[in-house]
Amino acid sequence: MTGGLLLQAVVSGLLLGGVYGLVASGLSLIFGVLRIINFAHGAVMMLAMYTTYWLFALAGVDPYLSVILTAPLFFALGVVIQKVVIEPNRSAAEHNQLLLTLGLALFFENLALVLWQGDFRTVRVAYSNASFMIGEALVEVPRLVASGGAVLMAVGLFAFLRLTDVGKALRALAEEPEGAALVGINVARIRAAAFGLGSACVAVAGALITPFFYVAPDVAESFNIMAFVVVVLGGMGNFMGALAGGFIVGLAESLGAAFLPGSLKQLVVFMIFVLVLLFRPQGLFGGSRDR
Amino acid sequence: MSLLELRAVEVAYGDLPALRGVSVAIEAGETLSVVGANGAGKTTMLRAISGLMRPRAGQILLDGERLDTLPSHAIVGRGVVQVPEGRKIFPSLTVLENLELGSYVAAAKARRRDGLEQVFTLFPRLKERERQAAGTMSGGEQQMLAIGRALMARPRLLMLDEPSLGLAPIIVTEIFRIIGEINRSGTTVLLVEQNTRQALALSRRGYVLENGRVVLEGTGAELLGNEHVKRAYLGM
Ligand SMILES: Nc1ncnc2c1ncn2[C@@H]1O[C@H](COP(=O)(O)OP(=O)(O)OP(=O)(O)O)[C@@H](O)[C@H]1O
Ligand SMILES: [Mg+2]
Repeated sequence: MTGGLLLQAVVSGLLLGGVYGLVASGLSLIFGVLRIINFAHGAVMMLAMYTTYWLFALAGVDPYLSVILTAPLFFALGVVIQKVVIEPNRSAAEHNQLLLTLGLALFFENLALVLWQGDFRTVRVAYSNASFMIGEALVEVPRLVASGGAVLMAVGLFAFLRLTDVGKALRALAEEPEGAALVGINVARIRAAAFGLGSACVAVAGALITPFFYVAPDVAESFNIMAFVVVVLGGMGNFMGALAGGFIVGLAESLGAAFLPGSLKQLVVFMIFVLVLLFRPQGLFGGSRDR
Repeated sequence: MSLLELRAVEVAYGDLPALRGVSVAIEAGETLSVVGANGAGKTTMLRAISGLMRPRAGQILLDGERLDTLPSHAIVGRGVVQVPEGRKIFPSLTVLENLELGSYVAAAKARRRDGLEQVFTLFPRLKERERQAAGTMSGGEQQMLAIGRALMARPRLLMLDEPSLGLAPIIVTEIFRIIGEINRSGTTVLLVEQNTRQALALSRRGYVLENGRVVLEGTGAELLGNEHVKRAYLGM
């Protein structure tokens, strides 16, 4: 193996990692506060990618600029999903709530199929092919922007969780729901905020990757699975762990792709996943308290 | 008019009744105790007052207005706040963050700085441990935090569910002293305890709850002298 190949794999991994991290942060926030795995997370990402695509195709809005629209739009969508679909079924058994998010995912994907068919669409912008070299490694500018933007958004989310009352309420609700109600937190409203923020995260991630990633109804399924792996790695409901987990999975995936034959690359990621579940079910970074 | 009144309140877990027509009145400014054995329904009563459970019959009134139709956060907003059984503090949040969240409701938030000062005066320990994760503190310190957090909400009525549970006698004495101090500074206190002697000694009046029903009520001194109370709760 050459040093150049290794460097390229590491660079590619890091550029993937930020996006995975943001997608997973959103999933982790929703899981932490609501205690449900949102199988519709990837479908929300797909819808955000279409939104970015159409804004670009119809109105010529730059994909990065469109984030200003997609973030609040998908926050609102998340709030509506929580209030209309999830919240009324809170007392239902947990597996029924899982089926609910699974149903949503299927609904969104089929809606996209009906509306926009299965064609692959791409957003071609002037900087789509921009790149530069670090040593022997090629750095594609849109991937760098996506990863950097995703990290920025994730860091912003963490700051929000640390510094604002609503952020603290989200963390409090994730840890001790009854205690949260007893200090006067409107818990239904905070649950909606969690779903909204989680959806906004994945929507921004989706928007950021459109300059180099095709758009199609099933585009985000692989992200869904990856995000779930990342969330488990980082510790279920551990928001900060999700970002770090994103980079680990991104690196594992690109190193696997560089040094293992063909289809084996995914294997590395799932090997890590299974090992973590077996030996550190609380996640790589979680203390014993993180469920 | 009483500050808080329960009128023939019935609460059940599924089909199992836990409160069977409980009527209790709390006057503004007093310390009132509710004592009773395990499973008597004390926690259920506080959960119903805080809106965590809905009575299936009866009413709960604050200043004569219905409280039992409001969601929990609105009840806190009205100044009815509890220190729950098991404390339910936020373990990975810092002591300061726990206290800040205590003043989450708008009225209390406006006076957060004052509140913090008062709580730190009452519990200097919490000031020292401001930046520590709440879950890493000792049981006694966590109980102080739970009380401090409730005080941050500026309660008119402070309800405490077995604050002495699992604590060393010296800490218990300290906690009871502080509860007395809180009451003297103008907060009405509803104290739920199995530590019958100390609770009744601190209280103006008390109720004895058995099997979801009030079986005795009287002044603290009356109840301490009552034969049934002596036999069943004071081991005399
Ligand atoms: N979650 C629950 N589900 C079903 N029954 C419950 C539940 N919680 C309490 N109960 C029942 O309701 C009754 C009253 O319980 P409660 O917790 O109010 O008693 P308590 O007086 O607070 O007791 P302790 O002193 O042990 O805390 C008991 O018979 C108890 O078994
Ligand atoms: Mg109890």
